[in-house]
Amino acid sequence: MDRLLNFIKKEFLQVFRDRKSLLMLIGLPVVQIVLFGFALTNEIKNAKIVVVDFAKDIGSQQIITKLASSGYFQIKKTLMNHDQIEAAFKEGNVKLAIVFPDHFYEELLHLHSARIEVLADASDPNTATTLVNYITSIINDYDGQLLPSADVPYQITPEIRMLYNPDLKGAPNFVPGVMAMVLLLICVMMTSISIVREKELGTMEVLLVSPVRPIMVIVSKMIPYLVISLVDLASILLLSVYALGLPIRGSIVLLFAISFVFIITALSLGLLISTVTSSQESAMTLSMLSMMLPTTILGGYMFPIENMPVPLQLLSNVVPARWYYIIIKAVMLKGLGFSYIWKETLILSGMAIFFLVVSLRNFKPRLE
Amino acid sequence: MRVLFYILQKEFLQLSRNRAVLRMLFMSPVIQLLILPMAANYEVKNVNLAIVDHDRSSYSQRFVAKVLSSGYFKLADFGSDYNQAFTLIEKDKADIIVEIPAGFERNLLREGNQKLLLAVNAINGVKALMGSGYLNAIIVDFNNELRSELTAPQSLNPLPVIETNPYYWYNPNMTYPWFMVPGILVMLLTLVSGNMASTNIVKEKEIGTIEQINVTPIKKQYFILGKLIPFWVLGIVIFSIGLLVARVVYGIVPLGNLGLLYLFLAIYLFALLGFGLLISTYSETQQQAHSLTFFFVMIFNMMSGLYTPIDSMPHWAQDITYFIPIKYFVEVIRMIVLKGSTFHDILFHLGAVLAMGIVLNTWAIFNYQKTSR
Amino acid sequence: MNAVIKADRLTKQFGDFVAVDHISFEINPGEIFGFLGANGAGKTTAMRMLCGLSRPSSGRAEVAGFDAARYPEEIKKHIGYMSQRFSLYGDLTVAENIRFFGGVYGLGRRQIKEKSNELIARLQLQKEAGQLVRSLPLGWKQRLAFSIAILHDPKIVFLDEPTGGVDPLSRKQFWDLIYETADKGITIFVTTHYLDEAEYCDRLSIMVDGRIDVLGSPGELKAKFKVETMEDVFYLFARRAKNTE
Repeated sequence: MDRLLNFIKKEFLQVFRDRKSLLMLIGLPVVQIVLFGFALTNEIKNAKIVVVDFAKDIGSQQIITKLASSGYFQIKKTLMNHDQIEAAFKEGNVKLAIVFPDHFYEELLHLHSARIEVLADASDPNTATTLVNYITSIINDYDGQLLPSADVPYQITPEIRMLYNPDLKGAPNFVPGVMAMVLLLICVMMTSISIVREKELGTMEVLLVSPVRPIMVIVSKMIPYLVISLVDLASILLLSVYALGLPIRGSIVLLFAISFVFIITALSLGLLISTVTSSQESAMTLSMLSMMLPTTILGGYMFPIENMPVPLQLLSNVVPARWYYIIIKAVMLKGLGFSYIWKETLILSGMAIFFLVVSLRNFKPRLE
Repeated sequence: MRVLFYILQKEFLQLSRNRAVLRMLFMSPVIQLLILPMAANYEVKNVNLAIVDHDRSSYSQRFVAKVLSSGYFKLADFGSDYNQAFTLIEKDKADIIVEIPAGFERNLLREGNQKLLLAVNAINGVKALMGSGYLNAIIVDFNNELRSELTAPQSLNPLPVIETNPYYWYNPNMTYPWFMVPGILVMLLTLVSGNMASTNIVKEKEIGTIEQINVTPIKKQYFILGKLIPFWVLGIVIFSIGLLVARVVYGIVPLGNLGLLYLFLAIYLFALLGFGLLISTYSETQQQAHSLTFFFVMIFNMMSGLYTPIDSMPHWAQDITYFIPIKYFVEVIRMIVLKGSTFHDILFHLGAVLAMGIVLNTWAIFNYQKTSR
Repeated sequence: MNAVIKADRLTKQFGDFVAVDHISFEINPGEIFGFLGANGAGKTTAMRMLCGLSRPSSGRAEVAGFDAARYPEEIKKHIGYMSQRFSLYGDLTVAENIRFFGGVYGLGRRQIKEKSNELIARLQLQKEAGQLVRSLPLGWKQRLAFSIAILHDPKIVFLDEPTGGVDPLSRKQFWDLIYETADKGITIFVTTHYLDEAEYCDRLSIMVDGRIDVLGSPGELKAKFKVETMEDVFYLFARRAKNTE
């Protein structure tokens, strides 16, 4: 036991002496999450649009004002004719063009119907349909206001309640996901590099030849990073609550307990990677290059998993961040208890055990 | 100048001998490009609905049928208990609850207005947002249908109607791969190049061979250039392979000028590699270089406009993105591939990235000290 | 004779810590000058200043006629260097290493070819010319690194603990090379903590805690301190050191 403590002490000293790395490992993830919490959102607003107004009458002016003040649109330019529309789209940022025909208001009042042309840049299909939906509902509104007298008959009003996130902020959706991703990537990166480094420098042999059992060597390597990750987690949670205004509706104890499991899983994955790579360069390339995008895209918080082809859905099961994301949402934002997340916890634990076992097996041959 | 030739010879030789890393550099992006875009799909379908119908009238049934036949939604549950529906939301089995109040049909006919409750799981990202948007549209449609049935048809329709028929340009099939594949390719390229550039010089520092370089008369500009050029070539090769995959596997053929795309690529790599080299000059160990690179690359990944729109970000965040090189490339590649934008259209982007490249590389050269203080 | 290396109260400070403490000496062309001292005495730091790898905190040094503080890059054109870790590219072959460093020092293609053949012949590395350097035994790497350091016929070659971790026979062979080189008129500046190698030098100095406590030829020093071997000379001074590892 003494020897183990010795090992752990040495590991701690090594890690904490590298001030630059330490600062990066503790400070940066936190900065990132706050940044993303404020910046990321799926909502579509401030979309740049162009207007071609042949009518230039009350009708078109009023609608344009409504659009501009809705918060969804930014009127970038008013164009003179149709031909300029294509150029505007090509120039880059314009997402939609709206064209008001000649005598728009007259026709509307006298013929009781008028058309507005809407051209949307469907490069991003969702943005296009969302913007069109916004326009449709704003114009619908306007329609309703046109009637001089009584209310519109037979009105069905949807009452929309946004659960867990009444202000529709991006943070409640993204922070849990990004948190899962950042913690995963950092843990994997930290352990894999630190272990491979010892392999490269040749000091690993020294450790393995010592009377301490291999598993103890491994455990002692992971412990400083476990501590760092927990510090990261605590800072992230603190900032999420106080800077981003996220709630912690569930039990904090449960949150930490399960995060602990997740961190162990992540560290074990890093360990596994270190057993299959022989240089720091490949360890880094593997953890950053091959894990960043899959974790982002298959993690479940950016793209809905149900939309994916089945083989990819299966693949996403392998991404530990995906399960942790569900857990954080459930415990932190929905306030649910363990009974709702036991399955995910079990899966994470299973992964951790699997990674550890395989790593251990890869370690042993070196002694022979 | 001849010295540069020798440096390049050495760098290329070393690169070609690093089998393990080379393999990863080529295979990893290709595999990811093959697999990931199929998952990068924001399409609205399979939004899980829990319907709570307290009315069970012909109207409510009609409404439910209309919603379900739209193709966007899947019925997760149909019942009369809101709490039951809510448990489904807790378990992530339902995204939206639609609650139709008792007496819906009767009250609508009698008093002329009614409410429908939509409870949306607002932490489920795109599904919830888009789903509620579509539901809204369906409700409006349903409303108009009912209204035109109920109000006596008169020769003059008292209610003015503005019709908007949208035309969708540039992505005829409204599919996501066309939108995501180019962006993902750019992201993969950035990961590869950024990673390589930032750790290479540090590796020499760690091994000690950098001293041997510092003690020779090699000018530091040549040294840095000698590191830059091989990765620059590598980046172009990887990008080309990516374009090939995009064409063969996804059928994506750029609408615009390929040469223009490559011009931008060349300048972009210049900036990106400069950035990596700069990080290299500030780090003593590969671990430090990697941590620093990771920090920036994560920001590039999330704030590039690849997944979430930059326009929707708060203004200060949008300002930050002006300093993110990949933001420009994501925009440019989408512009050229999907809309056929021309040189004039991307002038600003080119300029920005060129400026970044010059600043970053100069800074890297300046920061690299052959003689330490 | 004009000294090829001149140090005048050369000092290097890192914050409060004085690594090299006002050392002064002159080295003549063609000399084999030994820089002895325990680990941590400041030898490597001093050498790095002379090579233009590190800026002096105060004092002056002139190497090959150039001021080390103001013209480090000029100095580098006229010196060769072999560091503790031999610093050849392990993932390049013998021939490729020669070609690279030859090119870097401005040798023409034909020159490089000639010298490369010469070098390989002298070291008898004909069979190994196409092998990656990292697969060579340590002793061979050492001699190869030295030969490459003098490939461009520099005025001075700096050797930083060149014989670390190598068997005595290889060390002897290495010093044979050094003698050959000195005979051609190249000045050799070598740091070492092997005391038997001290005997091989024309003159040497012993550094203790950043200062030069002793300077002279082996014979002079042994006579002055009335001892038999350089080891004895060394122990007289090294014991006083505060900065040993």
